[in-house]
Amino acid sequence: MAEPIHRSLGLTDDEAADIDRILGRSPNHLELAMFAVMWSEHCSYKSSRLHLKRLPTEGEWVLVGPGENAGVIDVGDGIAAAIRIESHNHPAAIEPYQGAATGVGGILRDIFTMGARPIALMDPLRFGPLNDARSRWIAEGVVSGVSGYGNSVGVPTVGGETVFDETYAENPLVNVLCLGVLPTDRLVLGQATGVGNLAVLLGSSTGRDGIGGVSVLASAGFSDDEADAAKRPSVQVGDPFEEKRLIEACLALLDAGLVVGIQDLGGAGLTCATSETASRGGMGMDVDVNAIPLREADMQPFEIMTSESQERMLAIVEPDGLDEALAICDRWEVQANVIGRVTPGPATGDADGGRLRILDGWDGDVLADLPAASLHEDAPLYDRPIHAPADWNEAERTLVGPDLPISEDLGGDLLDLLADTSWVWSQYDHQLFLNTVEGPGGDAAVLRLKHPVTGDDTGRGLALTTDGNHRWCAVDPRQGTALTVAESVLNLACVGARPLAVVNCLNFGNPEHPEVMWQLSEAIDGMAEACRALGTPVVGGNVSLYNESRGADIDPTPVIGMLGVVDRLDRRPPGPGLIDEGRLVLLGVTQPELSGSAWARAQGHRGGRLPALDLAFHTRVAGVVRTLVSGAMVAGIHDVGSGGLGLALAEMAVRSGVGFQAARIHDTAELFSESPSRVVICVAPDLLQPVLNVCEEAGIPTARIGVAGGTRLSVKDLFDLDLAVAAATWRDRLPSTLGAGTTQG
Amino acid sequence: MSPRVGVVLFPGSNCEQDAFEAIRDLGGDAEILWHGDASIGAVDAVIVPGGFAHGDYLRPGAIARFSPIMATVSAFARDGGAVVGICNGFQVLTEAGLLPGALQKNRGLKFLCTTVSLRVASTDSVLTSETVIGQELRIPINHFEGNYTCSAETLAELQAEDRIVLRYVDNPNGSMDDIAGICSSERNVVGLMPHPERACRDLLGSTDGRPLLQSLLEAARIPA
Repeated sequence: MAEPIHRSLGLTDDEAADIDRILGRSPNHLELAMFAVMWSEHCSYKSSRLHLKRLPTEGEWVLVGPGENAGVIDVGDGIAAAIRIESHNHPAAIEPYQGAATGVGGILRDIFTMGARPIALMDPLRFGPLNDARSRWIAEGVVSGVSGYGNSVGVPTVGGETVFDETYAENPLVNVLCLGVLPTDRLVLGQATGVGNLAVLLGSSTGRDGIGGVSVLASAGFSDDEADAAKRPSVQVGDPFEEKRLIEACLALLDAGLVVGIQDLGGAGLTCATSETASRGGMGMDVDVNAIPLREADMQPFEIMTSESQERMLAIVEPDGLDEALAICDRWEVQANVIGRVTPGPATGDADGGRLRILDGWDGDVLADLPAASLHEDAPLYDRPIHAPADWNEAERTLVGPDLPISEDLGGDLLDLLADTSWVWSQYDHQLFLNTVEGPGGDAAVLRLKHPVTGDDTGRGLALTTDGNHRWCAVDPRQGTALTVAESVLNLACVGARPLAVVNCLNFGNPEHPEVMWQLSEAIDGMAEACRALGTPVVGGNVSLYNESRGADIDPTPVIGMLGVVDRLDRRPPGPGLIDEGRLVLLGVTQPELSGSAWARAQGHRGGRLPALDLAFHTRVAGVVRTLVSGAMVAGIHDVGSGGLGLALAEMAVRSGVGFQAARIHDTAELFSESPSRVVICVAPDLLQPVLNVCEEAGIPTARIGVAGGTRLSVKDLFDLDLAVAAATWRDRLPSTLGAGTTQG
Repeated sequence: MSPRVGVVLFPGSNCEQDAFEAIRDLGGDAEILWHGDASIGAVDAVIVPGGFAHGDYLRPGAIARFSPIMATVSAFARDGGAVVGICNGFQVLTEAGLLPGALQKNRGLKFLCTTVSLRVASTDSVLTSETVIGQELRIPINHFEGNYTCSAETLAELQAEDRIVLRYVDNPNGSMDDIAGICSSERNVVGLMPHPERACRDLLGSTDGRPLLQSLLEAARIPA
């Protein structure tokens, strides 16, 4: 017996019954396809919505919180910042170059939809191990895709992360964050208002690429190679030149005041854009399926309405402004066609109000007729079963595991952790717009803050960081996520910035596994607790589920993107480096706890209990760090995170080409513990006492651990490495494995 | 009166605002010139900025040379006007026949964004008059197709006529004779792959681009 059609579209039997109830009849094929994409996990957040409500979203400076295309923050001087993060994990696993490229394209549209000019991208990337050929192929393709699209579209990529780990072997994580700036008074929302206003489709023609991308790709795991190959047509193809012209045309339309509302076409394509603009505006919409420019002549209405062809926007324009709007699009060589009309909403008392109707010509047959809001508001909401894994001890908050092994070669262990990521980010334009004061490779990126229209320099800066740590979250997703948020705050502090807001990308496994739902729920609670205490509201997020391969879920990987502001940007931050004769000081307290650390994972250890986090103390440390950085009291500074104090010191050494001699680091735990709320600083001798005084006044413990200089990296009684060897190991790890040549353009 | 520098904007250009800001910060007047216009107004010099004009379709600069403004820019150059092509602008100028040679894909077959050292090879050009021979400059590069190539005869001519104005100290892209920038036989048209506009502020890590753009402003001040 043939499978019912709703199941092949990814809908359950219960969901199909709900659709019958909403329509009061059975849906036709087109209507069913529209519900299927909008009710997919990717579009509806049906497994996560219930939990996301627990996140704090309020702040005086928050202009737009979660739910819109991007979060918007007031950053002063009449400037607002729009920020969003998204995943493109599944497309990148199938077709790395285009999967990553279209991820960049999609996040850009989310930002300029808000009326903001995109000024920066960040790319947190996670791949399988470097010794795996397929993982190398994926990594190379993804980096080429980000480079090829981001550089050409003209938005600098100013940072991100590059992580290699077994857990991502079949399922890479490609997250993309975008930051934009807009004049505060130009904020626009994705709403259709005004009966008789016109829906104008801008940009590319609609083709058969990406049909059902959200439901086929993003809302299911991977099975075997043959089936995955069959999904390849669901991956869209990007055109950065089209997107660049689309950005300029849309911003020009907004400058001219010609747009009532505007919405990007992303997942679920026209179905999502038309229904969302209509239902957000409390209106309905008629769409003429014949008015949509096509790449192929014989496309079916369901293909047209669910295609995810890239580089398209839907603008709501008043009829009087249409000619002027079309002229602006023509100047930028952007195709523009009226494809819809705003119709009355439910509030008018009209029985037909609020319908989304797909028409075969303006006066032709009605091909689909459904309540616009039903695609969003009536989407299923699941309270999926939650269960902690069997080896989790709730009372002790520990994950049962074997005892940690003892290492005979701490120097060798440290070398294994060193990796310069410049092989990745030197392929990205990270300097465009003359904003990048601190680019990729440091603790956080720092950008000059200029007015988006006048170009006036405010003398202040924006700072950005992305952080994630699957090792912590595998041991304890709640504490691991809280530690991640804390690390972001400290990364911003290291460049002199105070935190303003958080966006998050929650990369998890299959939500139908109760342990995965437990991880997700716990991670959200940990994020909520940390964000409340640290004063960073969550203004947007993205949930990527079904990150699994052959039944094995990835380690939970919540990625935090944090935006901060530098109140006076008159010098470059010191960065993670050393100077000759500099005194090395550790701020904070080291807990003798190795669980969840990079070192422990490298020894094959996955259990234990994470270090404790005192959020009030953490806030004090961040405050002192900002004081030291903005007062130019330190010559070098580095957050102590993954890899612990050992890796922090080693990275400072290899980056600056200056060695160090350290003592008072007594054992493996003190060397590699990833206890939070710590930074290591390098201080000129004459500033040492003033620095120590600042710390003491704030009640921050300090430990003098050594002196910088020379050509050795040495910690008394633990290891002694040659600087040149360490630097070469660091520098060559990625180029030597990923190669100097690329296979894709 | 401040010299007026026109910055050409093609669809796909992306460094036009950066060039605009750098020229303005150095005391010049900058204005954006639309590629579809045939006029360049009353400008004293022209910058063809970086980016991906017309998406770099076909090959970088191949379509941009047909934009209406390029005929006017060419005439302006023939009359001795100062024209500087930066990065994609250099590619456009070679395609338009204002400079010899071509830019092919980098030796490493990768896009490269990093800061490199340049050495001034000739001070006899509109972009290097305010520098000294041998002076080293730290300037960012940002390109995939920056590997300069030309025929052996052209290279001999460039060398003999002292038309190689900037060389890489440590060649990052495989360019012939370490060429980073060249000028026309009349010295008024210069193309270079590095981005001097990105090196005009302490906050951005280098101010070594300033003498180059100041040279251009000087050339603009004294019309040919």
